[in-house]
Amino acid sequence: MSAPGLLLVVAVAVLYSGGFYLLLQRSLMRVVLGIVMLGHAANLSLMLTDEAITLPPLLGGPQGEISDPLPQAMALTAIVITFGVTTFLLALAYRVWLGDNNDEVPDDLEDRRIGRLREPEDSS
Amino acid sequence: MNLMIAVPFVVPLLGAALALLLRRSPRAQRVSSAVTLAVVVAGATLLLDTTAGGAVAVTQAGGWDAPLGITLVVDPLSALLLLVSSVVLLLVLLYAVGQDISGLSRAMPQVFHPIYLVLTAGVCLSFMAGDLFNLFVGFEIMLTASYALITQALTRERVRASMIYTVVSLTSSILFLTGIALVYALTGTVNLADVAEKLGGAPPELRAVLALLFLVVFGIKAAIVPMHFWLPDSYPVAITRISAIFAALLTKVAVYAIIRTQTLLFAGDDISSVMLWIAIATMVVGILGALVQDDINRIMSFVLVSHIGFMIFGLALNTVAGIAGVLYYLVHHIVVQATMFLVNGLVRQYVGHTSLRSIRGLTAVSPVLALFFFLPALSLAGMPPMSGFVAKVALFEAGAQAGGWLVWTALVAGVLTSLLTLMAIFRVWVRAFWGTPLPDMLEARAELRRGPDVAGRRVMAVTTGAMVGAGIAVTVGAGPLLEIAFTAAEDLLDGDAYIEAVMEGAT
Repeated sequence: MSAPGLLLVVAVAVLYSGGFYLLLQRSLMRVVLGIVMLGHAANLSLMLTDEAITLPPLLGGPQGEISDPLPQAMALTAIVITFGVTTFLLALAYRVWLGDNNDEVPDDLEDRRIGRLREPEDSS
Repeated sequence: MNLMIAVPFVVPLLGAALALLLRRSPRAQRVSSAVTLAVVVAGATLLLDTTAGGAVAVTQAGGWDAPLGITLVVDPLSALLLLVSSVVLLLVLLYAVGQDISGLSRAMPQVFHPIYLVLTAGVCLSFMAGDLFNLFVGFEIMLTASYALITQALTRERVRASMIYTVVSLTSSILFLTGIALVYALTGTVNLADVAEKLGGAPPELRAVLALLFLVVFGIKAAIVPMHFWLPDSYPVAITRISAIFAALLTKVAVYAIIRTQTLLFAGDDISSVMLWIAIATMVVGILGALVQDDINRIMSFVLVSHIGFMIFGLALNTVAGIAGVLYYLVHHIVVQATMFLVNGLVRQYVGHTSLRSIRGLTAVSPVLALFFFLPALSLAGMPPMSGFVAKVALFEAGAQAGGWLVWTALVAGVLTSLLTLMAIFRVWVRAFWGTPLPDMLEARAELRRGPDVAGRRVMAVTTGAMVGAGIAVTVGAGPLLEIAFTAAEDLLDGDAYIEAVMEGAT
């Protein structure tokens, strides 16, 4: 595998693991950052599908050879989608912060309440 | 080029643009949205007619031929789901219009109408997409619309729920994208028919990995155990019309995607034992969750999770009878689940919430409401002669034919789940519908009767009644529906008709 290809593989691995780690954190800001990293990871793996990634796109090199445009088109679409949704997530995280004055992911209150329903019976 | 196929996708998008333009005049907006969805229903009916007998209709949007162009495919399965979904979408829209007229909802109609139609377009595109990337785009259109819809009438609770919902859906979308990248690296194409042909030569281990990855991707969206935690946290919190349409359609679109990918792309791979275990876990965990909840909407959400298990079970059998059973189950479940949530919305009129702790004697407050709850609830629990019973019998029969200890274990789990569903439903029935009504419920009824918003409430009641009627139609029409389901299932397991129809222009 060529050097740029290997570099991409390492980058993808780091982005996926970092992204999932952040996704599992309590702070909403970290969750959003995790999503951003995961989005980059997926887009880079789309790039990885092209073995000739080092070739220029569209206009061609000396022999007129070009890299595969399809993964790039797909990555472009995916970037637009992840970008849009990330903005939305940020807006939501801001609303959570406005409401609660912190950006922690709260416990599931309904579950807690249903868990407590059993307690009076136990104690009596 | 067959223009008819594009109707269920293009018309709602145009309708959404129109609804946006008409936002200053609510009445025109309502009419245009309803007409748009009626056109989609008509288009879907025609498509179902074209695909009768197992024909596959294909159009290459943009004029590029199959492996490169954007392929839209309608086979009997897609056509059936398009029709059922569009009917449910139309009825829920009318219900929402009723709510808006009566002023019972805090949702903003000028926002709701355009986004709802975009959601419709996304759902329809997902059913028709002929390549993986387009399926991804269809999913994204649907999900992005759903992110906006779930935040309607925003409260603190809803902010929290939509955060969970968005993050989980987005994670699954990103995994989907990864799956697409892997498939493209392996085969050099994303066209479903082309991938199906080229995957045949790939190493079986790689194909098994891809099959499992796609099962996880769509499994998150279909809320199969152990990836179901987000659903009962987010769906019940949204406003009635939204939770109705989410519960009815979004998980089912994911189930459709599982059916499509597993039968077409990974036909030769045997992950059926994994799927059977998943089915057992989904059925049992879901229904046990339903038994301890005390909010009707949350109970229904857990029942929804549990019944996804039945669909996975039928698919895992990998026989014509099994898949036909799943397809009928899908149709039944889309209609019945939407009805249950609409009925819960009607309950909310009297008490302002759906918590079992302070609802008593709804039968005395509104006998019609009790009937509207009772019929779909029996169907959901699989009591004869309702459609749920027909669907379950079809699935169990297919299971008994397939045999094997794991299948029998799943069958026992399925019967157990049916009984426990009945128990969950009767818990709701006994606690909410029997007994003497609470005084404030009678007051609420008196106030509603005096209120100036009777027309809107009548629309809500009539559309809920129509949904109950649609549920009964699914029961009465079980014969022809199962016939379509069998044709579709044969098509799915064969696969050649689909591949040939798509690749025709390519050579």
